[in-house]
Amino acid sequence: MPATIDKTLVFLLALLAVLPPATSGGEKQLSVYAPVATYTIPVVERAGHEYVGVLELLEPLGRVSSDASGTRLKIRYNALDAEFEAGRSRSRIHGSDFTLAAPFLIENSRGLVPVASLAALLPRFLGAPVNFHEGARRLFIGELGIRPAFQVESSPQSRLLLNFSAPVNPTISTEPGKVRMVFKRDPVVSPGSQAISFENPIFTQATYSEANGVAEVDVAANIPLLATFSNNGKTITLSPAPTANSPAAAKASASSPPAAPAANPVPRLVAVVDPAHGGSERGAALTDQLAEKDVTLAFARLLRHELELRGFAVVLLRDNDTTVPLDQRAGAANAAKAAVYLGLHAASQGRGVNVYTALLPVEQAAKGPFHPWNSAQAPSLPLSRTVAAAIAAEIVKRQLPVREAPASLRPLNNLLMPAVGLELAPGANGISELGSATYQLQAASAVADALLAVRDHLVSPP
Amino acid sequence: MRSRARGCAMIPRPLLIAITVMIVLVIALGVYFRELRLQAHGAEPSAAEALPVMPPASGPTETVALYVASDAAGQLLAQSAQIPMPGGRQQRAEELLRALLRTYQMPGASHSLPPASDIRSIYLVDPGAAVVDLNAAFADQHRSGILVEQLTVNSLVETLAVNVPGIERVKILVDGKSRETLAGHADLTSWFDVTAVEQAGNSR
Repeated sequence: MPATIDKTLVFLLALLAVLPPATSGGEKQLSVYAPVATYTIPVVERAGHEYVGVLELLEPLGRVSSDASGTRLKIRYNALDAEFEAGRSRSRIHGSDFTLAAPFLIENSRGLVPVASLAALLPRFLGAPVNFHEGARRLFIGELGIRPAFQVESSPQSRLLLNFSAPVNPTISTEPGKVRMVFKRDPVVSPGSQAISFENPIFTQATYSEANGVAEVDVAANIPLLATFSNNGKTITLSPAPTANSPAAAKASASSPPAAPAANPVPRLVAVVDPAHGGSERGAALTDQLAEKDVTLAFARLLRHELELRGFAVVLLRDNDTTVPLDQRAGAANAAKAAVYLGLHAASQGRGVNVYTALLPVEQAAKGPFHPWNSAQAPSLPLSRTVAAAIAAEIVKRQLPVREAPASLRPLNNLLMPAVGLELAPGANGISELGSATYQLQAASAVADALLAVRDHLVSPP
Repeated sequence: MRSRARGCAMIPRPLLIAITVMIVLVIALGVYFRELRLQAHGAEPSAAEALPVMPPASGPTETVALYVASDAAGQLLAQSAQIPMPGGRQQRAEELLRALLRTYQMPGASHSLPPASDIRSIYLVDPGAAVVDLNAAFADQHRSGILVEQLTVNSLVETLAVNVPGIERVKILVDGKSRETLAGHADLTSWFDVTAVEQAGNSR
């Protein structure tokens, strides 16, 4: 492998292999790409129109509160008020009338707005234009598009380079005669043409398509291909897969990680990210306007994105403003068979980031394989401390103050895997920074880099 | 003009004088009571001044080690204090923690606690076990945050353990009942292991 390749995902197309389709067949979804979050929400169909939940749409983008009474739903997004009425297309947003493409609906206290209105509706809330690929249900907020550029090289061997302006993390699968790259969370957009032909004996054509909230790039080839990531995930290189008796194959088998089975992507470590508090439990009142539960959720979404960029599969224990009991959080994390748990908090006191491991209480000793619930963390505590130290080291590199300490913080002591609590405290610019995506991203990237650094120590339970 | 002149002529002069005197009296009394109220309000002691000048306990004065939390340092700092200590082990523990609380209720404290926070009681129920019962205001008005809550817990546990020999584990109750967290973060459902708290590295 060339030394410049810092991250490698290898798969062999030795036999015909078929992966399940990238998008689940019957479920419609809408993907939103914004600087603060990338997320997918379900789409439902009512009376011939497609709808999405308006709160699910807005919550990742800012502070949202709502008040449902009877057939009316009042929403406050940041400092902007809106009012919708079930069964009516007419609504009020920031003091102005707005007509929806279909009647507003309320189902189980959930307000639904028609997808066809999003291109006009969202700018009213955000105060900025959006780019909505309505047919594909992909919504871009801000200048986020990542456009692929194709580069064919012929020597020393034929290979096709896909260069992206930002790191990407597609699901790669193979089908007879082609490689499919499905971008679920990356804001990949068309390279300018839906199909690009190559004058090359191996690579014949690349096609771009998008549907149901995902983008897809297919590369047609005459022989099995090998895909590798490099340039911090910004470049995907497709090259002929070494055959079983070729010198390249022998070298690959001796020096590189074992190739994944043809039909399966390389297994990824699962990281559980737990935004503390939520719903009726607001956490600390950081300012008059800012609750801890909102900061933890925004921070969690950024951290999810950063971890996914580094190859982790992420389970978010709360992705909206709901109350989740501590035991339920611990149970979900343990059931996810995660390699690591990150509990996120925020505080108005202190500076930088505080990193915590469990301060275990007095408990009876474990009996055989069974550990007391309140000290289930005991076997993983040394590794938790390793993870905490790695996170602290990365945060120091970002020139943020950091403090490491044990804390009696649930559900850390109930978790079977290495578990760390993170408390985001104000930065150099004061408490207002806690709500800043830039500040949160600085901490999130440090945490993700730290997990990448200790990745070899982490293992997902069988 | 004609009607006004007629109106004045209808009120007898003595009655006019009496009404005027009464109005003046009412205004004067109002001003007087307002002054009294302001004086009374000004005489109320502030939260810090309301603290007892002398500790309520009686007994010989002893030098004790208080493990005082510092928000700025993010750890406990040992301070010696001289307080009168009663004879009984339980009463000693209560006076000890009340002395600790007073340091947090002074203006400019390194780690502030609500002015109304207090220790209701301490039970030394079992060899090695101490149950600290805080009043509701202690927890209800405590600042929320992992660090500030943990510092409070560590300060109580360590001060108790160092000055009352034999305590190995501590349980914290609020208003006589078990409570999930102190103010949203520090877990109060379990017993704190004194050794683990000491090893937590928060003390110096």
